[in-house]
Amino acid sequence: MRFRLELWRQTGPDDPGRYEVVEADGIDPEASFLELLYQVNEGRIASGLDAVAFDSDCREGICGSCSLVIDGMPHGPRQVTSCQTFMRDFEDGQTIRVEPWRSNAFPVIRDLVTDRSAFDRIIEAGGYVSVTTGPQPNPNSMPIAPATQEAAMDAAICIGCGACVAACPNSAAMLFTGAKVTHLNLLPQGQPERRQRTLAMVEQMDEEGFGGCTNHGECSLACPQGISLDVIGMLNREYRAALRGKPVAGTSGMTAQ
Amino acid sequence: MRLDARIPDGPIDEKWSRWLDAHRLVGPLNRPSHTVIVVGTGLAGASAAASLAAQGFRVKSFCFQDTARRAHSIAAQGGINASKDFANEGDSVRRLFVDTIKGGDFRAREANVWRLAELSENIVDQAVAQGVPFNREYGGALATRSFGGVLVQRTFYSRGQTGQQLLLGAYSALQHQVAQGRATVYSRHELLDVVLVDGEARGIVARDLVTGELERHAADAVVLASGGYCNVYYLSTNAKGSNVTATWRAHKRGALFANPCFTQIHPTCIPQSGEYQSKLTLMSESLRNDGRVWVPRDPDEQRPANAIPEEERLYFLEERYPAYGNLVPRDVASRAAKTVCDEGLGVGPTKRGVYLDFRDAIRDRGRAAIEGRYGNLFEMYQRIADENPYEVPMRIYPAPHYAMGGLWVDYELQTTIPGLFAIGEANFSDHGANRLGASAMMQCLADGYFIVPHTVTHHLTKRREHVDETHPAFDEVVRDVQARIDRLMAVGGNTAPQVFHRRLGNVMLDRCGMARTEAGLIEAIAEIAEIRDAFWTDLRIDGRPDHLNQSLEYAGRVADFLELADLMCLDALRRAESAGCHFREEYQTDDGEALRDDEHFATVTAWEHAGEGVVPVAHDEALEFDSVALATRSYK
Repeated sequence: MRFRLELWRQTGPDDPGRYEVVEADGIDPEASFLELLYQVNEGRIASGLDAVAFDSDCREGICGSCSLVIDGMPHGPRQVTSCQTFMRDFEDGQTIRVEPWRSNAFPVIRDLVTDRSAFDRIIEAGGYVSVTTGPQPNPNSMPIAPATQEAAMDAAICIGCGACVAACPNSAAMLFTGAKVTHLNLLPQGQPERRQRTLAMVEQMDEEGFGGCTNHGECSLACPQGISLDVIGMLNREYRAALRGKPVAGTSGMTAQ
Repeated sequence: MRLDARIPDGPIDEKWSRWLDAHRLVGPLNRPSHTVIVVGTGLAGASAAASLAAQGFRVKSFCFQDTARRAHSIAAQGGINASKDFANEGDSVRRLFVDTIKGGDFRAREANVWRLAELSENIVDQAVAQGVPFNREYGGALATRSFGGVLVQRTFYSRGQTGQQLLLGAYSALQHQVAQGRATVYSRHELLDVVLVDGEARGIVARDLVTGELERHAADAVVLASGGYCNVYYLSTNAKGSNVTATWRAHKRGALFANPCFTQIHPTCIPQSGEYQSKLTLMSESLRNDGRVWVPRDPDEQRPANAIPEEERLYFLEERYPAYGNLVPRDVASRAAKTVCDEGLGVGPTKRGVYLDFRDAIRDRGRAAIEGRYGNLFEMYQRIADENPYEVPMRIYPAPHYAMGGLWVDYELQTTIPGLFAIGEANFSDHGANRLGASAMMQCLADGYFIVPHTVTHHLTKRREHVDETHPAFDEVVRDVQARIDRLMAVGGNTAPQVFHRRLGNVMLDRCGMARTEAGLIEAIAEIAEIRDAFWTDLRIDGRPDHLNQSLEYAGRVADFLELADLMCLDALRRAESAGCHFREEYQTDDGEALRDDEHFATVTAWEHAGEGVVPVAHDEALEFDSVALATRSYK
């Protein structure tokens, strides 16, 4: 197959950037989008040009490294990660525009590579259960109904790629944050820190410069894990309850003296 | 050099508790004055960094990815073993130990494996406490399933994403420590060398991949958790960035490299489709619980799979291994698939593939049950192969997956360089010549959560001079690293690094993969030398070293693979027997099974770097089997 690629080139956060047109020929329809770019780069290096920088790692849709906006859609047309987007999904001879994630909270490092460390700081603010390594209770002493586990898992499968942010007209990180809050706040292990976690993560999310949610729903449509907008609903409910100081299930409401 | 594994005295089931009782401690107030570097943020690295920081040490954690949540542990699918016997089948620490030793074809160290089996129980407890959503039974208790090579259901899982959930648990524990101010994560940083002072590991030189700057980091101990080296085969199930650089650099500074030829070729991967393909995708081995592996009996078969009647199908695993059937260990399953394909019975466009068929499981148990267990794996298969596995059988073929070999470590997981520890896939210790399913995550987390925090502590109690980044040893190593980068940039040829990598992969898959011969390995060594020469005369790296330069990163890793490949072939040549994954065609039984030579090779071979262009020196650690009798593996 043959493609005309419009690739975003930018040497660093201060460079205004530009599109570069690259012709790609002899592409296997079974190649993934990343393999297309590896092949383009191999040719560019051999002919004395510079390679296009982009993030990729596991190439099986789980690590969350890849982050290409393909023809205006984060990860491309199929709601799967860029690495699982295959060239057979495109028309022979097609022009394809490739851009990095666009969000102020994700500054461009080079070409198609962005800095997503804002997500780490949101997790650092409270996306954990504060246990340290050591003897723990028998896990069956705290039974968890399969339905609860399933609901927590539906949120926990977030790969932290940032497609939700890239898809959102407000550049909101509500799907990402909502997924982690939902995962932990649904489980019994997450109860003691439920309120504090919710407040701290939302505060950090705002501090990083992500926008607010205005219910476009683009995030969920772009999410390669298909995480439901329900997690944003849950985040809103949890946040309201936390703000009001409303006691939540599993906490005693008493403070040790 | 005499290799001393420093195994504690006493009966095997008391060794670890005796060691724990006797090791020395650092008081809580003194701990912040010690810095520990942990390289890698997979299951082993993240769990070690989080645990050491929680103890109170200052931890610097390094990863080349953009965040600590991406390491390739995240792609582990099937599950994690623990000898909890929740299924009431009579499972025990001893049974898990025996299965692991036997699964590894008696090439692992007993004391380490026993400790692993003991600690397996704590790992699941730790993960559940972190909020890892393991699958549950209707009553709310943890669910388990069985996995290849064993007869009990001791594998705990989170759908088909167990690695992701365990890694996110360890990552969140690490971020918790970052928030506490005890750990710092250096993402987009790559270790390029280890710094030794008076023969002890006292720091690293790392390259900031964004600015290209070479950074010095001093420490009182260095823990390498940098994963395995199966990307030496180019096409593997590993991540794009997985590499041998950290362990190889340590090796060249004096750490011995053990059993490099022990690499696992995983049986259930999606077959290759094109030349520029850069990755083989693994399908969890758990699929073999319900899927039946077969090929058509007729090599000229043209009909689609579903049209082939039962009597014309060769269920080669079930026929050949009636006791374990489709659940034989990975090395056995892979070799059997290769054999039938060599006989011309393979399926798919390349004829390098076998069917993995769920027709019977769906008929007997219903589509919903199969979907519940493997839904995400079926989706993944359909996405990649563009076929619906609920309707037509999957096609699978073996692919390089996991390195059992790695840096030689003693019982304390310390390499031959004092103060340099290696954990997880980066060391050689627990899996012998073949790793059983669902035991990689177990080993990584046992090392990271429960072993290395104590052994590092013990190391830190020894008095040592204060070393910081101004020490002359750092100047020297920075000079070496800079010279190497300059040399790579200056080759000035016309060929991208991936071209050499692909060539190397072809040689290794062909000569040092699922089957090896003396002649083939000797040829491979010559071919690798040619590729290495071509690399150093015709390589081209675009751009400059002082910015994000992925070609430079890649070239450095390929250069190290080119050296490692040589050692793998030497090791495979020296090991004149067949054991587990290492199948030398000269050494097989009449019915084609691996033929071990326990008299000469019940050993770990640890290689010492003897200088550039000099043949490395092999040292043997004899393995003793007191707790389980050396026996021929049989899964029939």
